[in-house]
Amino acid sequence: MAKILMKGNEAIAEAALKAGATNYFCYPITPQTEVAEYLSRRMPEVGGVFLQGESELAVANMLFGASSTGKRVFTTSSSPGISLMQEAISYMAGAQLPVVIVNIMRGGPGLGGILPAQSDYFQATKAGGHGDYRVLVLAPSTIQEAVDLMMLAFHLADKYRNPVMMIGDGMIGQMMEPVEFPEKYKEPPLPPKTWAATGAKGRKPIIIKSLYLDPNLLEDNAWTLHDKYEQMKKEEVRFERYKVSAKNRILLVAYGTMARICQTAIDELEKKRISVGLFRPISLFPFPEKQIYQEAGKKNIGDVLVIEMSMAQMYEDVDRAVRGQKQVSFFGRTGGIVPSPEDVVEQIEKLIDKRKPKAKKKKA
Amino acid sequence: MDRSDKTIFARPEALTDTITHYCPGCTHGIIHRLVAEALDSLGVREKALGVAPVGCSVLAYNYFNCDFLEAPHGRAPALATGFKRLRPDMIVFTYQGDGDLASIGMSEIIHSANRGEKFTTIFVNNAVYGMTGGQMAPTTLAGQITTTCPMGRNVEQTGQPIRMVELLSSLVTPAYLERVAVHTPRHILQAKRAITKAFKYQSEGRCFTLIEVLSTCPTNWGKTPEESVKWLEESLMSYYPLGCKKDPEKPELNDGTV
Ligand SMILES: Cc1ncc(C[n+]2csc(CCOP(=O)(O)OP(=O)(O)O)c2C)c(N)n1
Ligand code: SF4
Repeated sequence: MAKILMKGNEAIAEAALKAGATNYFCYPITPQTEVAEYLSRRMPEVGGVFLQGESELAVANMLFGASSTGKRVFTTSSSPGISLMQEAISYMAGAQLPVVIVNIMRGGPGLGGILPAQSDYFQATKAGGHGDYRVLVLAPSTIQEAVDLMMLAFHLADKYRNPVMMIGDGMIGQMMEPVEFPEKYKEPPLPPKTWAATGAKGRKPIIIKSLYLDPNLLEDNAWTLHDKYEQMKKEEVRFERYKVSAKNRILLVAYGTMARICQTAIDELEKKRISVGLFRPISLFPFPEKQIYQEAGKKNIGDVLVIEMSMAQMYEDVDRAVRGQKQVSFFGRTGGIVPSPEDVVEQIEKLIDKRKPKAKKKKA
Repeated sequence: MDRSDKTIFARPEALTDTITHYCPGCTHGIIHRLVAEALDSLGVREKALGVAPVGCSVLAYNYFNCDFLEAPHGRAPALATGFKRLRPDMIVFTYQGDGDLASIGMSEIIHSANRGEKFTTIFVNNAVYGMTGGQMAPTTLAGQITTTCPMGRNVEQTGQPIRMVELLSSLVTPAYLERVAVHTPRHILQAKRAITKAFKYQSEGRCFTLIEVLSTCPTNWGKTPEESVKWLEESLMSYYPLGCKKDPEKPELNDGTV
């Protein structure tokens, strides 16, 4: 298929349809409302279900019911809306239901603002609701990648029977870029959905629940979930390296839009003969912990710098991954303020200045 | 005397052979049976989906012999909405207590009713939060003693109890709304008719249907089963009048806006 120019939000919507997800529930919130507007037109064309619910609380619970049918279902929202969805996300994780949730993040906490931010990293990656669970988190940095990851998200949700979240900052939703969709979306085979509630005809009733009053059974369920997360850590770690080489003195770690800005900064620094590499996590859970450990451990790396559009959230995971091999520092802007490539260059130059051996005082 | 082997009373197919955990004198069990009989009489058990609430009937999925979801507290109507929208060919019902439906889940029930979602809600009103030990519910009567209003419900501070059927009947969209009771054989028969009718309307593709059932909670009312029946009849029924508030076959009830 030829490339077409599309706004991120609409491309995400179209990607879901390509992946056979024709059931969408939503509640309007900036900066992702275009997804809902777009799908309100498209769903009737593809014979799908479009429903605007009364709140994100209801929407996420509608997804719980809808996912129980075994069909692919999804929603898109932004930070405050995602907070309201946490109840159902916890229940769906407990009941092992696949669902895809897109968070086009805006600045917080509270009502915050409507401009791009990455401040829901903790909420997305550490279980935003109650209980021992995780959601698989993917973070695109271009519209094309948003399309590819959106389709993949449905596959992974089905593969693991677990909620999958794609998080992008407002830029990913609002930007226009050329994108290409596959003629026909192909994915590896998945097991039949024998767990779906389809009516107890010729079989025992199927019960979809997260309630286990017997502590032994509840612990069993926690172990089942844990095993899935361990499998994700083995099979679903995704990342990309940009200009990582033995000449690098500094390793940057950034994701999403922030990673793209870092790439521009790296190109600028190259002209000044400062060699910097970028490590860009694509899966935020599972986090590319081992890979970051290895990159940071290389002899040529003096410093690791984490750059975010939030207040040192991913920093904690990077610092943990580096395990004290190198100094890990943080730079970020938030609240809707996006660091420019020049800001990044300046931070790196500062870091290099700090490391320069101080000129020794001459003895009198 | 003719001693034929004809079965005259048996467990409905839509119920499992399980001993329930309900207290003696609790009418949750009777209501379960009526729902199961309705599913059987319409022959829809194999394409039925129930949604259990959080409340004393949280384990309803163990007692019904059909597919079931266990919802978060109050959200059963949202789950039912999502499910039924994707499977309009199935018969979907929620089974909810008064704390679940009229307090934490008020928004979900009103909007489901107003969108005309094509499922049936069995709303069990026992005027208390049963499962958590008898706290005040939005349906607790004025002056009624509960563990969180030990001096009796003070309506100056907490308002008057909510009449859900009346409240929902102000909406134009719902198809069928009726309040019934199950404390005497006569009332049980009436309730059975209402519940069956609700499922029949659903299978005809009509909009939202809800049956409110006045139910006993001897344990938390601090009464014997006999006293509970009496209190239900004298107190609950005088504040919550039985009867139909909306029915597609009775256009005179429908504010002229069917
Ligand atoms: C979010 C949430 N809040 C509170 C509870 C605790 N809780 C469990 S059951 C219940 C009340 C149920 O009462 P009701 O709906 O009247 O049903 P009954 O037990 O009387 O049948 C409450 C408050 C919960 N499980 N989840
Ligand atoms: S606590 Fe009340 S509502 Fe719950 S089972 Fe016992 S009698 Fe029934």
